[in-house]
Amino acid sequence: MSTKILYENYKKSLINEKRKIRFFQLLILVVFISLWEIASRSKWIDPLIFSSPQKIWSLFIEKIQDGTLIMHANATLFETVLGFIIGTMLGTILAAILWWSPFFSKVVDPYLVVLNAMPKVALGPILIVVMGPGMTSIITMGAIISVIISTIVIYTAFREVDPNYLKVLQTFNATRFQMFKEAILPASFPTIISTLKVNVGLSWVGVIVGEFLVSSKGLGYLIIYGFQVFNFNLVLMSLMIIAIFATIMYQLVELLERKLVKTR
Amino acid sequence: MGFLSVSNVHHTYFSSEAATDALQDIHFSVEKGEFVSILGASGCGKSTLLSIIAGLLTPTMGTVTIDGQPVIDNEQLSIGYMLQQDYLFPWKTIEENVTLGLTILQKKDEQSREIAIQLLQDVGLPHVEKKFPRELSGGMRQRVALARTLAVDPKILLLDEPFSALDYKSKLTLEDLVSKMLKDYSKTAVLVTHDIGEAIAMSDRIFLLSAKPGKLYKTFEVPQELIELPPFETRSHASYSTLFQLIWKELESLEHENTL
Repeated sequence: MSTKILYENYKKSLINEKRKIRFFQLLILVVFISLWEIASRSKWIDPLIFSSPQKIWSLFIEKIQDGTLIMHANATLFETVLGFIIGTMLGTILAAILWWSPFFSKVVDPYLVVLNAMPKVALGPILIVVMGPGMTSIITMGAIISVIISTIVIYTAFREVDPNYLKVLQTFNATRFQMFKEAILPASFPTIISTLKVNVGLSWVGVIVGEFLVSSKGLGYLIIYGFQVFNFNLVLMSLMIIAIFATIMYQLVELLERKLVKTR
Repeated sequence: MGFLSVSNVHHTYFSSEAATDALQDIHFSVEKGEFVSILGASGCGKSTLLSIIAGLLTPTMGTVTIDGQPVIDNEQLSIGYMLQQDYLFPWKTIEENVTLGLTILQKKDEQSREIAIQLLQDVGLPHVEKKFPRELSGGMRQRVALARTLAVDPKILLLDEPFSALDYKSKLTLEDLVSKMLKDYSKTAVLVTHDIGEAIAMSDRIFLLSAKPGKLYKTFEVPQELIELPPFETRSHASYSTLFQLIWKELESLEHENTL
């Protein structure tokens, strides 16, 4: 009887703790926004540069109503999601090729190191000249920024799969493709998911920089345009929207993780 | 020529530092339905020998044939191999794990499910086919691994210390189970172990391997009265300790030789 009461108390304490955490998280948000607003109105910070939540909000409403924001956000979101998917898939495929041929992987190893160390955004101008100042260049930018690091991380995971799983398959005369499909790939799912998480951030960087350079549409374009006409309300609003979208994407990846890795 | 015949096998490991002789002049044959053990200290090359018999490793010299067929690159030959740990695939259900071999050999059909369920029943694990490996204990998982090995109906079973990672009770239970299953399915088996008791309890013949390089040092015939008993009862039979003492002395003299 008493254990039952203790258990009830324990459950209550868990719920209480959760509520407390949520409360403080919300509190930080509210305090931050209010402080920002107050600081801006009482000129503690330069309202021209740091804007204010109220100004950002009214600009947001205005841009929603004239439809331009939806268009820009849509373009960026599309490019980012595509760049993100292409980058990760290409990385996985490259890692598979490296795993397939140990000789090839030894040959290209130093080149991978160089490519990984190189700042990929510096390729931007070349991409735009080759592919034209459009969506293709931007998506490519979003993909190449994550592809090499994905390749390296996923390839490492492939190699770290316990060789005894392969031995089990070998005793059944499995082909190399079967070994990849039955052991290497599923055993590496957790790593692939964690590279997805990193790539969410990376592809936003790639796409925003791409839009800076191409400067025709998208949230990156809004940022660079706002900077040029010194409209920092616009810059900060775009930044906020990017933050929200990036968070949602990250949450989606976590959801996928829970679905895929649930059996472990 | 026996069912399994290992002739003049010699294996050397090469590394950039040195060439190490792992096995030298291994020569023996095993009859159909026989259970033999390869006994030796750790690092004497017994696992290497098992890999060679399985065709996973090509020996530097010599040949291995099973039922008259060479083991290297032979896709027709099915071999059952049990490792020290179960190595069940954690993302597959128990049923998928048991039928893994059939999937790989592209023999998976409506019957495979029945085979899996029957085998799980035989190893004493009914109603687990929808579970995942992490839900089972170590002993249960090793039983599933046994079912997975038997599912492809192998010509020969190679056991690489499959009981060494288990607790003592599971080990004894599993020894009895494996011994009974192999008799029921009349399988030929080779067990690699460093445990003298296990070797006596389970096998018909014991090969003692000396270390560095691994050579066949001595062969022991297990007396008929012990062969007939299940492993657990063998351990309490009078002739068990006699044989144990005999092998123990040989092992000691081997070690002594090595340290000289």
